[in-house]
Parts: sequence; C-alpha cells; structure tokens
Amino acid sequence: MKKLVDLRNITKSFGSQIVLDDLNLYIRENEFLTLLGPSGCGKTTTLRILGGFETPDTGSVIFDGSDITKLPPNKRQLNTVFQKYALFTHMTIAENIAFGLKIKHKPASYVKDKIKYALKLVNLDGFENRMPDSLSGGQQQRIAIARAIVNEPKLLLLDEPLGALDLKLRQDMQYELIRLKNELGITFIYVTHDQEEALTMSDTIVVMNQGYIQQIGTPESIYNEPENAFVADFIGDSNIIASTMIEDRLVQILGARFACVDEGFGRNKPVDVVIRPEDVELTLPEQGTIRGEVTHLIFKGVHYEMEVLANGFEWLVHSTKMFPVGTQVGIQVDPFNIQIMNKPESEDEEAVGVNE
Amino acid sequence: MIKSSVRKLYIALIFIFLYAPIVTLMVLSFNASRSRAKWGGFTLKWYRELFQNEVILAALSNTLLIALLSSLIATLIGTIACISMQAMKRRTRAVMMGVTNIPMLNAEIVTGISLMLLFITLGMKFGFLTILLAHITFNIPYVILSVMPRFKQLNPSTYEAALDLGASPLRAFFMVVFPDILPGVVSGFLMAFTMSLDDFIITHFTKGPGIDTLSTKIYSEVKKGIKPEMYALSAIIFTAVLVLLFLVNYIPKENKEKKEK
Repeated sequence: MKKLVDLRNITKSFGSQIVLDDLNLYIRENEFLTLLGPSGCGKTTTLRILGGFETPDTGSVIFDGSDITKLPPNKRQLNTVFQKYALFTHMTIAENIAFGLKIKHKPASYVKDKIKYALKLVNLDGFENRMPDSLSGGQQQRIAIARAIVNEPKLLLLDEPLGALDLKLRQDMQYELIRLKNELGITFIYVTHDQEEALTMSDTIVVMNQGYIQQIGTPESIYNEPENAFVADFIGDSNIIASTMIEDRLVQILGARFACVDEGFGRNKPVDVVIRPEDVELTLPEQGTIRGEVTHLIFKGVHYEMEVLANGFEWLVHSTKMFPVGTQVGIQVDPFNIQIMNKPESEDEEAVGVNE
Repeated sequence: MIKSSVRKLYIALIFIFLYAPIVTLMVLSFNASRSRAKWGGFTLKWYRELFQNEVILAALSNTLLIALLSSLIATLIGTIACISMQAMKRRTRAVMMGVTNIPMLNAEIVTGISLMLLFITLGMKFGFLTILLAHITFNIPYVILSVMPRFKQLNPSTYEAALDLGASPLRAFFMVVFPDILPGVVSGFLMAFTMSLDDFIITHFTKGPGIDTLSTKIYSEVKKGIKPEMYALSAIIFTAVLVLLFLVNYIPKENKEKKEK
C-alpha cells in the first residue's frame, strides 16, 4: 500500500526538553495507526506536528507526496478530533458541522446534505438544532468526529478522543470508530495511553517512550513479541525476569531450565524474559519446572490474580483455577509463551526500561 | 426563630448604613422647600429646573460623550492587550497583569496629578482631549480585569479546531474566540463606562477651564452654595450608575441562561 504520510528525522524540543528525537515513521493509506505511550512520550507532539500546530525543529513532514512541514493548519488536507471535543459552544450542532464546509464556500444544498449524512453516520439523526452544551460527552465527541469527516479529509488525527468518557461508553465508541473507518476509507492516526484501546482498534501500533519509538507492529506482535522490557511492561501485565540464554531454544530462568522457541541469541547470553501472567500454568509442586508458594490471591471477575513466590521472584499469575494463599504449587510455561528480549544496550534504552 | 429575626435585623442595619445617605438625598430632591430641615411637600420642580439649565446639560453631554468614547477605546485597547497577554509565557503574563493592575490600586489623586503633569510636560492644552485621554488610561485596567478571565476559561482547542477546519487565524478568532469572550468584553465596557461616568478627581486635574463634566460641575456649584437642583442631579447620576451596574452583573448571566435553553 502507498505511503500517505512520511515523517522524516523529526526532532522537536520545548526549551531544554527534547520531546522527539530523530523520529522516523510512515503511515500507509487506509491504515489505522495508533501512537501509544505514557504521558510525555511525544505522541501528542507528533500528532500536533502532523496537524500543523507545532513546527518541528528539524526534519520534514511529507503528506501525499508533498512537503507540508511549514504549511499552516488551515491549509492542510487533514482534520483533527481533539481530546476535549472543542465544539463551538455558541453554535448549533448543524453550524458546528457546517463550519469547515462554509469556509470552503460549498453550496447550501450540499452543506445541508452533508450535515444530514454526517449525523446519520454517527447515529445522531435530528440533532441539527441542539446546542453542544445540551449533549452528553459521548454525543459531543461524535459531533466532533462528524465535524471533521464532512470535510472528507484524507487523514483523520484523533487525540485521545475517548479519554474523557466512561468505560462502557469508551468500549462502544471503539467499535463505532472501527466501523466509521471502514465505511469512510480514511486513514486514522490515533493517540492514546490506553493499551486496551490500542490493541482493540489498530492495524498498527507505535509504542513510544521519552521521544523514541520503542516498537512498531501489529497488535498481536506488540503483545506477544515485545522487543524490550518497556513495551512488555506497558502493554498489559507481565513477568519480566533477567535470565540467561543457555543455547538456542533453552533458557535458564531463576536457576531452572525452560525450553523455548527463540534462536540466535548466542550461548550463555544474558537476556530478559517476558512471560504473560495468563501463560503461567500452576500445577502440583512435583510437576512444575520450579516450585513456589501462593502469597496473594485476588478475585478479578474473569480470572483470579495470584502472586507466587518461586526462586526469589514474585510471579504474577492469572488463572481461572483458584489456589489459596499458602498452597505449594509448581510453575510450568509453554515454550511458545516464553518471549526472549535482548538486554538494553544503550543508556537511552536503559532509562526507558526503568521509567514507568 | 430568634436567630432568624436577629439575622434579618442585622441585614436591615447594613442596608440602612449603606443607603440612608442616598435615600436622604433622593427624598430631598423631591422636597418643595429649599430648606434641608423641613419637608415642604412633593415636587418635581428641581428636576424641571435641572433640565432647563444649559450649563448642566452641556456638562451632561460632555460626561456621556467622554464616558462613551473612553470606554469604547479602552475596550478595544484592553481586549487586544488580553489577546497578546494570553500568548505570553506564564511568568511574563503574571508580570504584565501586575503592571496593568497597579493603576487601579493607585490613589486616584496620584493618577490625576501625574496625568496633569504629563500633559503639561507634553505641552498639551487642557480640555476635552486631555480628559478623554485620562479616562482611557484609567479605564484600560478595568477592561483587562474583566476580559482576561474569559481567555483563561477558553478551551484553547476551539481556536485550533477552527484553524483545522480551514479558517484563517483572523477568521478563527472572530468566529470562535470572540463570541466566547464577548460577555467579558461587554461587562468590561460597561464597567469602564461607569467608572468614567462618575469620576471626579482625575477629571478635576486634567480638565481645562471652560469644560466641565457633571461631577466637576456639581463640585463647583456646591462651592457656591448647595441648590436642590444638585440633589436632583445626584439622584439621577446615582440611578444611572445603579442601572449600569445592574447590567454589568446580569447581562453575562442572562446570556448564559439563554444558551442553556
């Protein structure tokens, strides 16, 4: 697929603080790409550079084949959905949606049709004459989306649009957004710090931290094969254990040898191992690769969350089977569920891993 | 029971203290007798005489013209100042706010005398223009005080959203930002108008011979001996200012209520 946006060597600092450091990223046409990371990781700045609200110190923004680095926001062929909706409170819903079209001097009948179409698309038929203040947060956000898409942008930027909504509404809106994207065929760039949101909606996730891209990949690869401890820790719960790669397909974790499927790390090489809590299998003590004792137990609804102290490490375990505190258990892990990561090499990467 | 009557009595006392002088003045303005001590029956004579007195009417028109012009110009300058201050860094903005607030805290007589000295130094002829300039000067801080909070309440994304939808910066300001700050601009204008209307001290120091506003006129009349016409005039000024204050406080709220419906 064709590249729609290409960010080349983008660096941006505010005062003495470097927010983005030599960032390179491209977005393909029709992709749902999510920038994911903790606050201050540079994801919003990246979005604002795309929207034209910030100018990068160095580097260039290529959009649909032309350099738009210095183009003001009102001249760009893209639209933004802001975190706090940013509806124009003194205008009706219809006037809000028509704002961009009227500036482009579209004929009145076209504007009217577009308003109707957009309201239908976001399931808010008949809201034309309401005022934004009379709408709920979720409805306001739908209007903000409608206001952006009537302009038929090639690219829609969404800055944590669901951040202010409650959980249930947020989940509904996630499906809504996926549906919208598929119906409209617009490229979406979505910014969030919510890993679940990112996993649910995206084609591609870009995990960022402290101005650096940590990993780019599909939701599955980000979750199952995190490249470093930061990604593993940020995306879901995980057990990250310093270990030694004995040889191909054999790793020594906390003194015990586990079979794994990774190759090419070398012999007796220190590595980090990631094991998701749902992949830790609890067995009878004699059947486990290592033994331990359950120290905490919490009921979470779908599963039990347990902590197992084994060989000096507190293992986080999610299981539908319950083991009371004090039970002696064995721990087994399927070779496919052991993810081996290189130890951080540079100081930058190290800082990244420790933070968060 | 006792508690509530004590409460009512207390409030009544406060109101008596606040309004007794003004009520006295108003009552006397309808007193047919020239004496201040004796009630000689109800009359509108003083009001009638007041409106036949050309000197007073000239002063009135000066007052209104100066109030209108100075508050309009101050509103324009003050609002533009707020736009620029909003774009400043936090610390610079705090300093600027402090600087603009000082003239408000300054004793009026100091402001009056210093303006007078400034005009003398500049070699300006005292008259309508000097009064107008002085009024603009002391009105600007009130406008800033009333407009600035509106900018702080503003959702900065709305301006960016307007740009994002294709509006030029100027258009985005007038279509999106200005309607949101308008209540502050209006109340700033009305506050400035009121301040200008009832100013005496600064006007006294910056006016030339041959021009008077109502307050300076009343002052010079009173020096000659108090005429009941002056009571009538003071009562009118008080009522006018009261109405304006009412507008300042209620217009923004009503606007808001309308929106909610």
